[in-house]
Amino acid sequence: MTGRPLSPLPAIARHAVLLVAAAVVLMPFVWMLVTATKPPEEIFVDDIRFWPERFYLFENLTEAFEKAPLARYLLNGVIVTVTIFAIQAAIALPASYALAKLRFAGAKAMFALVLLCLLIPPQAIAVPLFLLFYQLGILNSYAALVVPFVISVFGIFLMRQFFLTVPDDLIDAARMDGLSEFSIVWRVMLPTAIPALTAFGIFSVVSHWNDYFWPLIAVNSEHLYTPPLGVVAFRNEEAGTAYGPLMAAATVIILPLIAAFLVAQRRFIEGIALTGMK
Amino acid sequence: MGGLRASRPLRDTLGTAGWTMSAPALFLMLLLLIGPVLAVVAMSFTDYQLGAAGFAWIGFDNYAALAGDRVFWTSLVNTLVYVAIVVPTSVALGLGAALLIEAGGSFRAFYRAVFFIPVMATLIAMAISWEFMLHPQFGLINLALKSVGLSGGNWLQDTRYVLPVLAGIGVWQLFGFNMVLFLAGLKSIPRSLYEAGEMDGVASAWGRFRLVTWPLLGPVSLFVTVISGIRSFQVFDTVHVLTKGGPTKHSEVLLYTMYAEGFEFFRSGHAAAIAVVFLLFVLALTLLKTWAIERQVHYR
Repeated sequence: MTGRPLSPLPAIARHAVLLVAAAVVLMPFVWMLVTATKPPEEIFVDDIRFWPERFYLFENLTEAFEKAPLARYLLNGVIVTVTIFAIQAAIALPASYALAKLRFAGAKAMFALVLLCLLIPPQAIAVPLFLLFYQLGILNSYAALVVPFVISVFGIFLMRQFFLTVPDDLIDAARMDGLSEFSIVWRVMLPTAIPALTAFGIFSVVSHWNDYFWPLIAVNSEHLYTPPLGVVAFRNEEAGTAYGPLMAAATVIILPLIAAFLVAQRRFIEGIALTGMK
Repeated sequence: MGGLRASRPLRDTLGTAGWTMSAPALFLMLLLLIGPVLAVVAMSFTDYQLGAAGFAWIGFDNYAALAGDRVFWTSLVNTLVYVAIVVPTSVALGLGAALLIEAGGSFRAFYRAVFFIPVMATLIAMAISWEFMLHPQFGLINLALKSVGLSGGNWLQDTRYVLPVLAGIGVWQLFGFNMVLFLAGLKSIPRSLYEAGEMDGVASAWGRFRLVTWPLLGPVSLFVTVISGIRSFQVFDTVHVLTKGGPTKHSEVLLYTMYAEGFEFFRSGHAAAIAVVFLLFVLALTLLKTWAIERQVHYR
């Protein structure tokens, strides 16, 4: 597609269309921010103002943090996403190494099982998982938020595909040096797998930070709310009155991912686009 | 293993290591994925309710009840309408954005990043922003319409608008994802084909698109279409936060019905039957995707 530079007229048309589209796409973010900077009397007006007469962002933020334990929600988001990814990686790395590089009875059947599990949408098994957790008495806890996701068949699949490309000589050399198979995973394979693991990590953290369906089912105490549950709870309490603080709270909830995205755009796009290959 | 001819003891060690290393993954797959799938199918043949002392096997009664349930049919039809709006729109916009971005050299990374932001921004938080923009009195959309002399609507409370509006939010969220997949597809088209086309007298941009880009992008498009179908079939967040399936069930969708049955009314058997229907639809789409991927590979 990319060949010769466009002549001026098409080039201007291209930017015109793309800029208008970009403005439309960004509008919910812009309007959220604009509303977060306005005092109440400037929110309930019937004309469009993109800049407040009285800059009220700090007041709105203060109110949001006072009325809702936003810091707690963010902390919960970090605890849950980091724990999920740490366990996913600890389980997926040895398993995918074994599937890619070790020949053992049943390896083929196990890989077939991984492919089969890739087909299962998480929402479809929510009812039995809920009943299982109810029986175990672990509903409404961090465990309830984390446990369903500690196994990532997508992670196993992705890391296996990556490990297949690592030369066997590297592994044989490590064996000659007397490394055990487990040390090979952590000391030889892991360092080579950082790019693939990063992509997997971004995918995992983004999906679980944003997940709403399972946390909604699994917990009902405010101190366990993840960011999406927290922002919805805040909105239900304020029911259409405190838009300024509400938009400030929503901004705070999306900020960590947006900031990380702006810093590492390319990696994010690659990490999330990988799910397309899932 | 590799160049080294493994001796018998080494082979045994590796076999044991293979098992020890994959055992935790195998155990968790059976416990958290395969087990629950079998359980959800089994439950759909029972009358189990959360908290009940026991349950009875009732065969296909749950499915028969679904077949006779107006809400279930409304929900299924709404879901399909939602998918029918989101898929073609988000695929077309994704393709359009990718083509326009690739057509020129400047600001590519900027546009790509902007269109991708909705894909990874927390949809729940953005749904709340959308809700305020759609506010009948103070919302940006109605104020903008009023300023050009049009009257807006009560978007989320009007039976005519609610599903298309939710689908619009779905498109807004999804098309950047499709754009990224299309961009990857465009990059894989060799430059030489365009040059060959030019030598054969294909001069116009439309001609290049019709004769080179589109045929080579065909498999990618199929693939993107199926993925969009799978993703939009799972619509839940916006419905739960913005409409609760209303007004009068006009935005009731499959996952929302399942959620309400299973976790608000605790009719687990009934919810399991809906989950099985949901699972079958997603499986069918996934098999279609696998087929699309294979076609894509053969094409190259």
